[in-house]
Amino acid sequence: MNLVALKMLLGDKLKYIALVAGLAFAALLVTQQASIFTGYAKRTGAWIRDTGAADLWVMDPQLEFTEDRKPLLDTALSRVRGVDGVEWAVPLYKGWLRTRLPDGTLVTTRVIGLDDATLVGAPPEMIEGQLEDLRRDRTIFVHADQVGDALRLREPFAGEGPRPLRVGDVVSINDHQLEVAGVYRSTAEFFWDPLIFTTYSRALSIAPAERKQNSFVLVKVRPGEDVALVAERIGSSTGLVARTPEEFESVTMNFVLSKTGILINFGVTIVLGFVVGALAAGQTFYMFVLDHLRHYATIKAMGASTWMLIRMVALQVSVVATIGYGIGVGAAAAAGVLTRGTGLAFEMPWQVPVLGGFAILFCALAAGLLGLVRVLRVEPAVVFKG
Amino acid sequence: MIQHTETAVVCRGVKKVYGEGASSVQALRGVDLEVRSGELLMLVGPSGCGKTTLISVIAGILDPTGGECIVFGENLAAMPQSRRTAFRGKSIGFVFQAYNLLPALSAAENVAVPLLILGQRRAQALQRAQAALEKVGMGDRSHSRPSQLSGGQQQRVAIARALVHDPRLVVCDEPTSALDADTGQRVMSLLREVAIAPGRALVIVTHDSRTFHFADRIARMDDGHIESITDNAAEPASARHAP
Repeated sequence: MNLVALKMLLGDKLKYIALVAGLAFAALLVTQQASIFTGYAKRTGAWIRDTGAADLWVMDPQLEFTEDRKPLLDTALSRVRGVDGVEWAVPLYKGWLRTRLPDGTLVTTRVIGLDDATLVGAPPEMIEGQLEDLRRDRTIFVHADQVGDALRLREPFAGEGPRPLRVGDVVSINDHQLEVAGVYRSTAEFFWDPLIFTTYSRALSIAPAERKQNSFVLVKVRPGEDVALVAERIGSSTGLVARTPEEFESVTMNFVLSKTGILINFGVTIVLGFVVGALAAGQTFYMFVLDHLRHYATIKAMGASTWMLIRMVALQVSVVATIGYGIGVGAAAAAGVLTRGTGLAFEMPWQVPVLGGFAILFCALAAGLLGLVRVLRVEPAVVFKG
Repeated sequence: MIQHTETAVVCRGVKKVYGEGASSVQALRGVDLEVRSGELLMLVGPSGCGKTTLISVIAGILDPTGGECIVFGENLAAMPQSRRTAFRGKSIGFVFQAYNLLPALSAAENVAVPLLILGQRRAQALQRAQAALEKVGMGDRSHSRPSQLSGGQQQRVAIARALVHDPRLVVCDEPTSALDADTGQRVMSLLREVAIAPGRALVIVTHDSRTFHFADRIARMDDGHIESITDNAAEPASARHAP
């Protein structure tokens, strides 16, 4: 009877298309929104991932995410270096400073100060200039995507109209003249203030003087040492907290999700996707069943068991759910590919299609149950009504 | 001529009440009826007299409120639902006033439905369906959809569907009421020709007096009970079956 069930479904083209479209729309909405949400959530840890080489990030225990500023005493670095199991440890500065572009435009920027000797934590890819250029006097690196955006010269300058900031331009950070020596590219971030790289000592020299200035200590654990154990030792001997990059990413992401509305906003959209999908599919399938009630009743009168009817309805719902799911997830993935490079955060790990699958299963179950109840309740005697 | 020896259906004091309390309607008021194997019994009477309710009870798709209906020795109302459904699938064929063919299926696929319900393989079911269609003169239209067939052709497909699984009882509800007079006569003639068989009974509900002569016996109903039963067998079959 499977073929009969399928032909009944495919024979009613309009409702079949409406059912598939409803479920595809729900799958698209759920998976696309979940992918964008995942993309944004993942971007919160982009800078940590790009910083790379360190096994541990040592920070103030009260620090809640990457953009939090709770600096450490300068002595923290040497205390960490003294902990058993530490191969090397370098300081990292992160602070918010006002940057004046050559045309006078003021921009709030995040300045990263890398260890002068090793440049650990440098940008992953240089577009213009070389990493060594940072060792030259009074130099900085700027982000390739930001030179034409937040760091764009908006006013005419030196006989030129508005243009992107470029290598050779001199900017003023906290009233210190610095030259753009390189343009880098890094993983897109959730946070938006332009990220400027310089050396640690230069960053301290241009930043306002404070008793505590070092933001993080980056630690490489000696080969063969247990990272968790070394982190514990650092914690007990310095009073600071040492986190693996994954832990720090997770802390940052949790903070951002709990302090901003993005989880609720995306969550609401995803739930709406569920609800709209369930309602649309449920209503359309119910209409399909109502239209075919006489046929189900005929089949019932001719001796179809309850189990056979359940199988027929389940097959009909499964087919539209599978096709709708495929189209929806496919469309979401295609949208992700098409919007790549536009700045839209889009990440579709395997969990997202699984979530979409559950959503569509839920919608299909709702639709199937509504229809099935009607089919099982139909009195076969209606077949004798003209 | 087929001998009517075995009793196919026995109804004793069958009552059926729809609804409850003041708004209840008594559709059957104690029907006593016997249908013999090999005969064509017509249930006739005015609209609302209980004909359709009675064949619904006989076919086991409605439970009587009182009395009993024994079909080939089985009291359907006393059977568990699942057994009754299986009995219906195996032993009863249906012909409906509105044909009730599935519009998305071809004629052959429609005819194969009772066999598929019984669990027969598709290829085999379609083969038997084709043979049944040949029998009703629709062999060349086996791939046609119901919408591509005339009313008379659809009813012939429905007859093939009712007979394809070789049921012992065939119930027909107003099989000619949606057809013009000529087509109605041809459909009744076909029903008599292909449906009557030893060990099989045919119960036809109709109020089309032009088809009465096809019956072996006619049970006249009014207001929920059988008023009279006329035996047509006394009349020569050739005279009775001439259109």
